Amino acid sequence: MGFPWAEQYAPKHPLMQWIDEKLPLPRFVYNAIGAGYPVPRNLNFFWNFGVLAGFALVIQIVTGVIMAMHYGANDLVAFSTVEQTMRDVNAGWLMRYAHANGASFFFIVVYIHIFRGLYFGSYKAPREMVWLLGLVIFLLMMATAFMGYVLPWGQMSYWGAKVITGLFGAIPVVGEPIQTWLLGGFAPGNAALNRFFSLHFLLPFVIAAVVILHIWALHIPGSSNPTGVEVKGPQDTVPFHPYYTAKDGFGLGVFLICFSVLLFFAPNFLGHPDNYIEANPLSTPAHIVPEWYFWPFYAILRAFTVDFFFIPAKLLGVLAMFASILLLFFLPWLDTSPVRSGRYRPTFRKFWWILLADVAILGYCGGAPAEEPFVMISQVAAAYYFAHFLIILPLISRFEKPLPLPGSITEAVLAKYGATDGEAAAVPAE
Amino acid sequence: MASVETTETEGLAGEDGVRRRDFINIAAVSFASAGAVAVVVPLVNQMNPSADVLALASTEVDLSSIQPGQAIKTTFRSQPLFVRQLTPKEIEEADKVDASTLRDPQTLEERTVDGKKQWLVTMGVCTHLGCVPLGAGEGENKGEYGGYFCPCHGSSYDTAARIRKGPAPKNLEVPKFSFTSDTAILVG
Repeated sequence: MGFPWAEQYAPKHPLMQWIDEKLPLPRFVYNAIGAGYPVPRNLNFFWNFGVLAGFALVIQIVTGVIMAMHYGANDLVAFSTVEQTMRDVNAGWLMRYAHANGASFFFIVVYIHIFRGLYFGSYKAPREMVWLLGLVIFLLMMATAFMGYVLPWGQMSYWGAKVITGLFGAIPVVGEPIQTWLLGGFAPGNAALNRFFSLHFLLPFVIAAVVILHIWALHIPGSSNPTGVEVKGPQDTVPFHPYYTAKDGFGLGVFLICFSVLLFFAPNFLGHPDNYIEANPLSTPAHIVPEWYFWPFYAILRAFTVDFFFIPAKLLGVLAMFASILLLFFLPWLDTSPVRSGRYRPTFRKFWWILLADVAILGYCGGAPAEEPFVMISQVAAAYYFAHFLIILPLISRFEKPLPLPGSITEAVLAKYGATDGEAAAVPAE
Repeated sequence: MASVETTETEGLAGEDGVRRRDFINIAAVSFASAGAVAVVVPLVNQMNPSADVLALASTEVDLSSIQPGQAIKTTFRSQPLFVRQLTPKEIEEADKVDASTLRDPQTLEERTVDGKKQWLVTMGVCTHLGCVPLGAGEGENKGEYGGYFCPCHGSSYDTAARIRKGPAPKNLEVPKFSFTSDTAILVG
């Protein structure tokens, strides 16, 4: 782990030396997120979002464990215990709103983190495993968020659970038994609510474990950087602490300001009013929508309206929705360009922006009612999404002429900001 | 110890290349695997509907208060169930449609019990995305084919609850049911 010039952990206090001999945990932390981890000197603010995602996970676990102290996982009382938490429990409203909006912020920072990775080619060798583990975290987050949304047992909770578990019903032959097995009944009910609660409590800790693997895999090659050029010598890096702890601290402050604005001034802005009506199996909300962070995938699900050969439209939608995420697991091998960063890939960069717009359009259509023109727009946008990864990216990789890369990180930095005396004399280690 | 082990291995290796230890190894791992699988079965099966849920898997419905042209909304397996007594006019409307022209071809006969064609029993779950259609309650919109109308995405069902217009792929599902007397049915 790390580069040979990394600072060495050398505890001075006898107690710390004693601990280091018995269990070198402080040494591990020092080497992972302390001065012992050398990081490229040119990371921009988009590199804050990994730490922010980790912080969002901590917010969710802390507020979630507290919510669980006041929650009754039973379909008779679930809705009212959530309302009691809001009205009667001291600071209960704060915990609930922080948990609900914390989920949204978790997804916001993770989406920025993913698109950062897409732009700067962070998924490429030697960091494929970092990318794959990140996708595993993303899938776990989606499962956790879905089950968490069911727990308040409002109308959207109930009908969301029904529609999403109904997706499994689209699978031929085994679909309906699987759906019944997932729900523990023929429709969402007490059994489903209880198991969702149990898993919703468990999965965040699984996420935390995969986050550790994600960081472990990252620290083997070390962090990427905006130039995409690998670190060549000590002059290219600075120690994580204090340089990036400070930069991440600043980013965290900005994050918390944005979070507080929503939390205290518009806590229901991202929610849905129908979820303040208790679940009623006999009455469907006029317009069932999932939470905003699922909208792009929901749009792909609904984009299939006609049967194709023998495959019913509903099953096609389900397959496409899962494929849209599974596809990302192959990304490191679909983009074969040796240049990582979008900064030096003029064509790639344009298509990155188009992909970003495409996902935003899918998101908008996923939140809109299933009627024209949104169905047609989501069909085009879904087709483009798949084309981007399966056709456009491999073609760009083959035909694009990248811009000249800087010789090293230091060279790129000095070209931008000018050299100081000490650095002008620095010689690459090679 | 070391010398004993060496002699033993040498001695066993002589038996046609297959050692007794290989057999013991395979036998032990197979036995443990079978045990592991046996443990997984209850771990998976506990997620299936429990006895109390299955106990509600059938529902008895009293038909005596349903007048021709009326419908009631009840629940079957915690999902809405529509029970409707068709008027002669509604039966006639359903019968005059050529079933083979429909999206999900079925006649009213196939969807009801012999000799009790006026009793239309269906799930109140739209086959598109699972919404509850309108039309069972007094004064609700029955859609342009006079049966049920789903407000979510505009699927219209006719008087035999067959899909006629809109995105739903199938007719409203007819659950298994039987008459326990002239005025009562058992669904499920």
